[in-house]
Amino acid sequence: MNQENPETTGPNQLPIANPPDNDSRRDFMMKVSLGLGGLAATAVAVPVVGALVAPLLADKSEVWRSVGAPDQFPVGTTKLVRFENADPLKWAGETAHTAAWVRRETDDDFVVFSVNCTHLGCPVRWEADAELFMCPCHGGVYYRDGTVAAGPPPKPLPRYDVRVAGGQVQVGTAPIPITKFSDG
Amino acid sequence: MKMILRKAGAWLEDRTGVVSAIKPIMNHLVPPGAKWAYVFGSATLFCFMLQIVTGIGLALLYQPSSEAAYQSLRFITDQATFGRVLRGIHFFGASGMVLFVGVHMIRVYIMAAYKYPREMNWITGVLLLFLTIIMGFTGQLLRWDSNGVWSSVVAAQNLGRIPLIGTTMARLLLGGDTIGAQTLSRFFAYHVFLVPALMFAFIGFHLFLVIRNGISEPPKAGQPVDPKTYRKWYEAMLKREGVPFWPDAAWRDAMFGALVVIAIVGLAITIGPPALTQPPDPSIINTTPAPDWYMLPIFALFALVPPKTEPYLIFFGPILAVGALFALPFLSGTGERSPIRRPWAVFGVVCVVVAVGALLLVGEIAPWSPRFDTKPLATVVSYHDPLLERGAILFYKKGCQYCHMVHGEGGIKGPNLSVIGRTWTANQLTVQIVNGGGNMPAYGGSLNNGELHDLVAFLSAQK
Repeated sequence: MNQENPETTGPNQLPIANPPDNDSRRDFMMKVSLGLGGLAATAVAVPVVGALVAPLLADKSEVWRSVGAPDQFPVGTTKLVRFENADPLKWAGETAHTAAWVRRETDDDFVVFSVNCTHLGCPVRWEADAELFMCPCHGGVYYRDGTVAAGPPPKPLPRYDVRVAGGQVQVGTAPIPITKFSDG
Repeated sequence: MKMILRKAGAWLEDRTGVVSAIKPIMNHLVPPGAKWAYVFGSATLFCFMLQIVTGIGLALLYQPSSEAAYQSLRFITDQATFGRVLRGIHFFGASGMVLFVGVHMIRVYIMAAYKYPREMNWITGVLLLFLTIIMGFTGQLLRWDSNGVWSSVVAAQNLGRIPLIGTTMARLLLGGDTIGAQTLSRFFAYHVFLVPALMFAFIGFHLFLVIRNGISEPPKAGQPVDPKTYRKWYEAMLKREGVPFWPDAAWRDAMFGALVVIAIVGLAITIGPPALTQPPDPSIINTTPAPDWYMLPIFALFALVPPKTEPYLIFFGPILAVGALFALPFLSGTGERSPIRRPWAVFGVVCVVVAVGALLLVGEIAPWSPRFDTKPLATVVSYHDPLLERGAILFYKKGCQYCHMVHGEGGIKGPNLSVIGRTWTANQLTVQIVNGGGNMPAYGGSLNNGELHDLVAFLSAQK
C-alpha cells in the first residue's frame, strides 16, 4: 500500500526550506492557474448562459394576422379566433397557435380580448347567453367589455391590437400577457 | 471456479479498495432504538432511484419537442411495450417521493433531529424538498397535453408577480414571449439534466452528513441537547449500546423500500398513469387546467385568499417559507428534543398537516370553479308551469346554474338556491340579480325585463 511514502521518494529531494524567490514563483503560478481557470470557466459559461437567455434577446415585432372577414363577426357578438404567433420556429407545431376573443361592438369597432385570465393565465370561455367570460381555474368572471365581474382577477382582460385591412379583420400578435406585482 | 472468482475478487479489492471503503459505512454503529420511524428517508431515496431508472426508460421513448411530445406520449401510453406501466411507475414514484419527503421531514421535526449537530442535515434536506417539488412540477409539464401547456402558463404568471424582474422571469420560463418551440425543451433540460444533477449532489451531501454526524437517537424527555457535551455523549452511547447499521438497522429500510416499490408498481399496473387530455394547442381553450395532487394545495390557496393579498402571498409566501425552514435549526438548535416537551411543535405540525390536507381536499372539489358540465335543470326536472320552465331554462342559459345549485344540479361557488323562495322576496332577488355583488356578476346589462321577471318567478318558487 505504501507506494507513495514521501520520506522514501529519493535521495535528491531532501526537505530543504524553499528559497524566497521559489516561494514567490509558486505564488505567482498559483495565481496564474486560478486566473486561467476563471477565464476557462467564463469562456464556457458565456455560450451556456447565452443559450439560457437567448429567447429574451429575440425581438419579435408585432405581425398582423387575418382572422376572418368582417361579416363573419355580427355586431354585438363575441367569437373565438385562432392565429399563429409572430415568427414561430418550425418545430413549434401546434404550440405556435394563440386564441383570442373578437367582439364587434359596432360596424367598425372591433375589440380583441386575450383568452388569458389576469389571475393566473388560464383560458377564459365566453358564455354567450350570460354575456360573461368565465375562467375554469379559480372562478374569475369578466363582463363583455373585459372588466372584472367576480372572482380573483386583479385587472380586466388584456386586449390585442386590431384593425380591418384588405377586407379582413386583423389581430396584432403580442406576448402572453403577464400580470405584474404592481397590477394588484 | 470458486478459486478463480475469489482470486479475481481479491485482485479487484487490492487495486480498488472498494470493499474497505464501503465496509465501515455499512457497519458504522447506529443508536439501537432507531426503528420503523426511521425508514422514510431511505424510502424517499428508493423512490428517487426508481425515478432515475424509469426516467431513463421514458427518455428512450419520449420526444422532448413542443411539436412531437404529445404524439410520443400517445405512443408510450398506447403502443410501446409496457409503456403505460412505465409512465404509471414514474407518476406514482413521483407521488411517493413527495409523500415520503413530507413524512420524513415531519418525523425529523417531531423528533427534533435537526438540532445540534445536525443543522446542515436539515438545511440540505430543505433544499432537497424544494428540488423535489421542482421535479414534480416540471415533470407534470413534460406530460405535454393541454394541461401541460396551461400549467406552464400558470407557472409563468406566478413568476410574473416577482417585483421588477417578474416579466423577464416569466419569459425566461416559457422560452420566449409565448408558448412555442423553445418551451418544452427547456422544461426537459431542467427536469432531466439540471435539477437531477443538483439532487445527486445534495443527496450525496445529505447522506455524507448522516454518516458524519450520526443517525440521531430517539429523543428522551429530560435529555436536552447541549452542544458542549452532546458529541462526547453520543460517541459513548454508540460504544456502549450501538448496533451496526447493516444489517441490524438497515433491514427495515430495505424491507420498507422494497414494499414501497412493489406498491408503486402495483398502482401503476392497476390504476395507470394520468390520462392525456387534449393536444398541446394553446388555442384549444375548452380545458380545465388543474395540477397533479401535490401542487393542488397551492392552487387551492390561490383561489381562497382575498385577491388583494394575493400578489403578496405569491411573492412573499415562498420567501417566508424558505426563510423559516432555513432559520429553524438556528432558532431552536439546542435543548429538549422529545415531542412530549415540545407540545407547540407537535401542535404546529398538526396544524400544517390539517391545513395542507384541507387545501388538498377543497382543491379536489374546487368549489370556486364554475361547473360548465352541469345538466340544464329543465332537462332534469319537468316543470308543468311554462313560466317556471322558462325560468329554469334561463337559469341554465344565463350561467346562474354554473355557480348555484337547485335540486342537486349546478355549481357550488354561490349559495344553493333550492329553497331561496322561502327567505328572499321577489324584490330582493331582483336587486341581487340586476346589481350583483358579494362576488356575483351584475346581470342588469344582459337580461331584458321579461327574462328578469321569469328568472325571479322561478327562484321565488324554489321553496
